[in-house]
Amino acid sequence: MRDRGLILGGLALFLGLITFPLWYNLAAGTTAKGPDPKRPVQEKNCVEPVAVMRASHMDLLVDWRDQVVRRSEREFTAFDGRTYSMNLTQTCMKCHTSKEEFCDRCHNYAGVKPYCWDCHIDPKLLERTKG
Amino acid sequence: MFLFEKAVVGSRRYWSWIGILLALILAGFLFYLRQLHYGLGITGLSRDVTWGLYIAQFTFLVGVAASAVMVVLPYYLHDHKAFGKITILGEFLAICAVTMCMLFVLVDMGQPMRVLNVLIYPTLNSIMFWDMVSLAGYLLLNAIIALVTLRAELKDMPPPEWIKPVIVVSIPWAVSIHTVTAFLYSGLPGRSFWLSALLAPRFLASAFSSGPALLILLTLAMRRLGKFDPGPQAIQKVSLIVTYAMIINVFFLLMELFTVFYSRIPEHMEHFDFLFAGSGGQTMLVPWMWASVLLAAASLVLLIVPRYRKNEKILAVTCGMVFLSIWIDKGLGLIVGGFVPSPLGAITRYVPTLPEMFITLAIWGVGFLMVTVFYKITLAVRESMEALGARWS
Amino acid sequence: MKIRRRTFLGIAGLSALAVAEQKILGRVAGQGRNEASPRATGSQTARWAMVIDLRACLEKEGCTDCIAACHKVHNVPDFRNAAHEVKWTWKEPFERAFPGQKSRYAGQALQGGPVLVLCNHCDKPPCVRVCPTKATWKRADGIVMMDWHRCIGCRYCIAACPYGSRSFNWLDPRPQIRDLKADFPTRSKGVVEKCNFCEERLAAGKPPACVEACPERALVFGDLEDPASRVRELLRSRYAIRRKPELGTEPEIYYLV
Repeated sequence: MRDRGLILGGLALFLGLITFPLWYNLAAGTTAKGPDPKRPVQEKNCVEPVAVMRASHMDLLVDWRDQVVRRSEREFTAFDGRTYSMNLTQTCMKCHTSKEEFCDRCHNYAGVKPYCWDCHIDPKLLERTKG
Repeated sequence: MFLFEKAVVGSRRYWSWIGILLALILAGFLFYLRQLHYGLGITGLSRDVTWGLYIAQFTFLVGVAASAVMVVLPYYLHDHKAFGKITILGEFLAICAVTMCMLFVLVDMGQPMRVLNVLIYPTLNSIMFWDMVSLAGYLLLNAIIALVTLRAELKDMPPPEWIKPVIVVSIPWAVSIHTVTAFLYSGLPGRSFWLSALLAPRFLASAFSSGPALLILLTLAMRRLGKFDPGPQAIQKVSLIVTYAMIINVFFLLMELFTVFYSRIPEHMEHFDFLFAGSGGQTMLVPWMWASVLLAAASLVLLIVPRYRKNEKILAVTCGMVFLSIWIDKGLGLIVGGFVPSPLGAITRYVPTLPEMFITLAIWGVGFLMVTVFYKITLAVRESMEALGARWS
Repeated sequence: MKIRRRTFLGIAGLSALAVAEQKILGRVAGQGRNEASPRATGSQTARWAMVIDLRACLEKEGCTDCIAACHKVHNVPDFRNAAHEVKWTWKEPFERAFPGQKSRYAGQALQGGPVLVLCNHCDKPPCVRVCPTKATWKRADGIVMMDWHRCIGCRYCIAACPYGSRSFNWLDPRPQIRDLKADFPTRSKGVVEKCNFCEERLAAGKPPACVEACPERALVFGDLEDPASRVRELLRSRYAIRRKPELGTEPEIYYLV
């Protein structure tokens, strides 16, 4: 076992490297607590049940997008029979008034960067920059 | 990986060449990151000249890729022994050229991360879709053929029978890639410079002169640097191909000029006016285009007179001239000339910017790196075969 | 994107079952619900077109109300640089808009004068033919639409358009928009854009912004399929020309001379 030093050293280095994210988070003080998006107060129902929205709002939005842009369909009938205009900034943002407190909180936590806002405009942000 | 171990042993000179290429690629890559962040506004392109250096290089290199057929066809279809040693070089050159083509298209895209949309939403009426299909297919065909034949050579055995039909398919396929690339341009109603049935034949003729000219230069370089033996007749035979293709190329250009200038239809003439005389005070391409014409004329003389063609030193210079002449014609004039004047008659200045040139150079660097590695492998295989042969005899 | 939709409804259905709510079960059964609803954009058979009265347009010298209105409602950036310029509608000298009509003596009243140009919403659009991703296509009502989510920025459509109607976003347009409007998206860098015939306004029952803004009522918008429409009446009673009709693209913007 002439190579013991090398083997053990290598193992230690390997372990250190693969557990790096753990140490990094400990050092940075990141908690395991989930995100806390601010939910609308006055409205209890979304266009689909909350569980559905939570899991697949992105698919719904992509579907809305294709309906409006490619098939000129603009009206969406929700699961409870109410109808909505398929419009991110006007329909979604009417209840979820703050992109920062709703969208961004989860997206930042999950480390995803949807490109919706490259083009679509957060009405509240616009008000603030104008006013 | 297949034989790559043979590419990582080399002289000091080999490694400094690789180092220069890698530095070039890195510089261009950094500029590309900048372009990705900032947008294509970093280039000299504009609302009226929307394609430039990148797409022009793409077009030129499709020709280089297609030209492999000029050695593949005589060798495999007519058992033309003179090309026995260099056919593989042609195939490797095709692989490198197609790779460069794809890179040039990619760097020209406004939204490169969405490039797979072309596959997700295949659109059969778009020539660009077919161009992608033909280029990808050609890359695959040549990769298979080159690897299988080289491996057979290494084992000192004839290549397997099943490769024959693959090679036969690759021949019309080579013609198709440049034809479809010409169709990209020649089917557009508002661009009279390109709206010519002669565009595809011209593309092929210029490809079959510039590609083999490059092959001659590369073969000569390899003979000098790596003691590569192309065989006694190969270079002379390829130079004949360059000669005839160049004659046809110039002939086609003259036909185009006749129709345009005898009919005197303004929208057909004004593009040639812009390229060769300048219009609206913009003359940036005039010296280039005349240089291309003079190079073509001089190279024709040097090719046609047997005494000059058979002198390899002169032939090397001639091949350089052919390559440069066609590079200017297709790699600068053809694309920009199609956009100026615009359909609304605007004369717009287009000069590639520094980042654009660096990105372009980097892709050429990738191509040269690939050529170097592939040719190095080929050379190593040949050398090991000779050593083996020497031991046996 | 049929599959996406189905996947989504599938997930929606499964989650709903988990909640086991009777009402939801009923909804899941009625999957095709959107297909059944009437179209928002008028009748299916409409064929939108525009007639521009060149003389009326020349009435008010230097007027650019239509251009301003269009660029404002659509968040069109102003780059102040001809190379990177984005424009949906603008004015061109007559002989540039109609190169075939250039003449030393004929039509002197119009020669040199400004002509409003925009996407022709061609009946046989070459841009649609060349697009490799169907990011641009012709709708049933004739509008040549663009899907800015899908465009890969290859600019083949720009090469194909004989009218120079398409612009590319060479840079991020957002900082160059003077008065951002929240109810229409901006574009991202690297995509092509052009006039959309105000399809979003048509869906809301409003005429295109340029038509509404014209003080001389020189722009008339309407349905070619309706024999009683203003556009049909004008085309019946007056002589109209189109840009480069010889190319066979069948432009649907008509100019009264």
